[in-house]
Amino acid sequence: MNKTLRALFGATALLTLAGVAAAETTITVATVNNGDMIRMQGLMDDFYAKNPDIKVEWVTLEENVLRQKVTTDIATKGGQFDVLTIGTYEVPIWGKAGWLVGLNDLPAEWDKADLLPAIAGGLTVDGELYAAPFYGESSMVMYRKDLMEAAGLTMPEAPTWADIKAAAAAMTNKDAEQYGICLRGKAGWGENMAFLTAMSNSFGAKWFDENWNPQFDQQPWKDTLSFYLDLMNEYGPPGASNNGFNENLALFQQGHCGMWIDATVAASFVTGKDSTVADKVGFALAPDNGLGKRGNWLWAWSLAVPAGSAKVDAAKTFVAWATSKEYTALVASKEGWANVPPGTRTSLYANPDYQSVPFAKMTLDSINSADPTQPTVDPVPYVGVQFVAIPEFQGFATAVGQQFSAALAGTTSVDDALAAAQELTKTEMTKAGYIK
Amino acid sequence: MARKITQTRKTTVTVIAWIIGFLIFFPILWTILMSFKSEGDAIKAPLAMLTSHWTLESYGEVQERSNYLRFFMNSVVISLGSTILALVIAIPAAWSMAFVPGRRTKDLLMWMLSTKMMPAVGVLVPMYLMFRDFGLLDTRTGLVVVLTLINLPIVVWMLYTYFKEIPGEILEAARMDGANLRSEILYVLTPMAVPGIASTMLLNIILAWNEAFWTLQLTTSDAAPLTQFIASYSSPEGLFYAKLSAASTMAIAPILILGWFSQKQLVRGLTFGAVK
Repeated sequence: MNKTLRALFGATALLTLAGVAAAETTITVATVNNGDMIRMQGLMDDFYAKNPDIKVEWVTLEENVLRQKVTTDIATKGGQFDVLTIGTYEVPIWGKAGWLVGLNDLPAEWDKADLLPAIAGGLTVDGELYAAPFYGESSMVMYRKDLMEAAGLTMPEAPTWADIKAAAAAMTNKDAEQYGICLRGKAGWGENMAFLTAMSNSFGAKWFDENWNPQFDQQPWKDTLSFYLDLMNEYGPPGASNNGFNENLALFQQGHCGMWIDATVAASFVTGKDSTVADKVGFALAPDNGLGKRGNWLWAWSLAVPAGSAKVDAAKTFVAWATSKEYTALVASKEGWANVPPGTRTSLYANPDYQSVPFAKMTLDSINSADPTQPTVDPVPYVGVQFVAIPEFQGFATAVGQQFSAALAGTTSVDDALAAAQELTKTEMTKAGYIK
Repeated sequence: MARKITQTRKTTVTVIAWIIGFLIFFPILWTILMSFKSEGDAIKAPLAMLTSHWTLESYGEVQERSNYLRFFMNSVVISLGSTILALVIAIPAAWSMAFVPGRRTKDLLMWMLSTKMMPAVGVLVPMYLMFRDFGLLDTRTGLVVVLTLINLPIVVWMLYTYFKEIPGEILEAARMDGANLRSEILYVLTPMAVPGIASTMLLNIILAWNEAFWTLQLTTSDAAPLTQFIASYSSPEGLFYAKLSAASTMAIAPILILGWFSQKQLVRGLTFGAVK
């Protein structure tokens, strides 16, 4: 082979390589540090095998940092991210604002109709799906079967708040650091206010009437807060006003809680390897008061494509892969059915393998019993079970959460906390133009 | 007459100093201890945690999940880059304020310092828009510029304080010997102020290394430094203390070692001119 021919071959090979490199699209995915998200990062070989021309760059951040950063980027059309991990709160607001790309055109085999209606409903605006659910959750009662048995009680599958109080009283032994109930007390719209808003729905309370007037001066809110404080002061752990999801998880795993009402996703943690009570945990629906609404919430961590992305097609390909039935099967084959992302697809709960997972049925029942479009006993002008899907909510709900957390810490009374909540919410809603 | 310091007094002061030192170091010590525990043990009560099994599993997981070296190199580049750029700007500025002050020099110094009093989040959106338009988002260059700007007031102030201690007559003598402005700053002032410049440099490196607002807001992956490496290990749902502690230990170790070896220089620089 002469030199010219060799040079030609070499140049052709180089050009081909350069062509391949140029054809590769890199997408940046912003996500939170949750077990399911981290697991996905370890299973990317499957995606690369199916999509050799797409490379994924992960940006994993703490939830609040991620929320702030993504909000800034999307509002300024910075275009830093191609796929966002966002919650049920952001999707309707951002979808309505035109900040997200619609996903109704995902491939037919992705099977949009298979999504759980309650979850899909929270991610849809005017018939357009703006985010694909990666995992969904509600809240439920996790309780210690051994302590209930020792107290001679049986937990109903659908308990009332009176059942919960009776069980908490029976399981409390403060000398042995055994507390009947652990609930969120840490201030924050996604912390104590997520729990209390969902709880208030079952007491007939609501954030606003149909004219957007705050309702903290009404009896149902007083009943909700009084019941919560009595329950926690009598049967809760000390320092509960500092406890959020992770603090209560630690307490429950170490055997200090008789009951814990929180996210269904916690079921795999309390029955997992780090739990000292893994084999003693039972599950029940979140409590009600006989008014037709249960105190459980609805949330989904979902994948969305921001309108500022320049790589929409590649981003949609990734979203379709990560939220597909095939991905669920992939996780099951590698990590077992108990570890698949829960709460998004009807087909998962029809699968006999998944039905044998202890918390599967209760998770589905909890999700199905939450209705984000009609969250309260009386009609309301907003969407959202444990939040109100308006942009201003994060700010004033955290301020209200601080008042309620202070009441739990004993530094303010129920009446004063409710009065302050009413005043500050009214001020913010007037400023935002909801109240004329 | 010099006051006689008794042995008891000396011992008491030493013990108090050690206690204060221990209290300041305690959070770092606890982070390091927690990083050698499993997630299950890390959430136990303090005594139970200390007596539980020691393990390197969190370090293993962190290594497996993240490219530490990439974050580390970004931290090195932006800390050193912003420090050098700040010194290049601040040395002439501090010289001017120290040796040829104007009527408004003190006001100017106060104004510079006042920019540090503004909450960073107040200018987040305009900064973000400027970075977007100049193509500086997620770049080391962008971070070097922003960290230089936010630390510049402190650098100028520190250098100004050091330069004020240098007798102006020496610079005058250099001028009489024919030194121009460049030579005066480069060959007379700078060598005399080396201890001050060195401590300013060290402090600026530490400040830039630890800066966690702009470095988190303006980067995604290519220029992300160790602050983002740490932030990626906090979890809203699930235990994370041990892994977060391991990531934090790995992120602060280089700067702790630098601080340890340069502590004499740092203390000397920070207390310069404090006692006359």
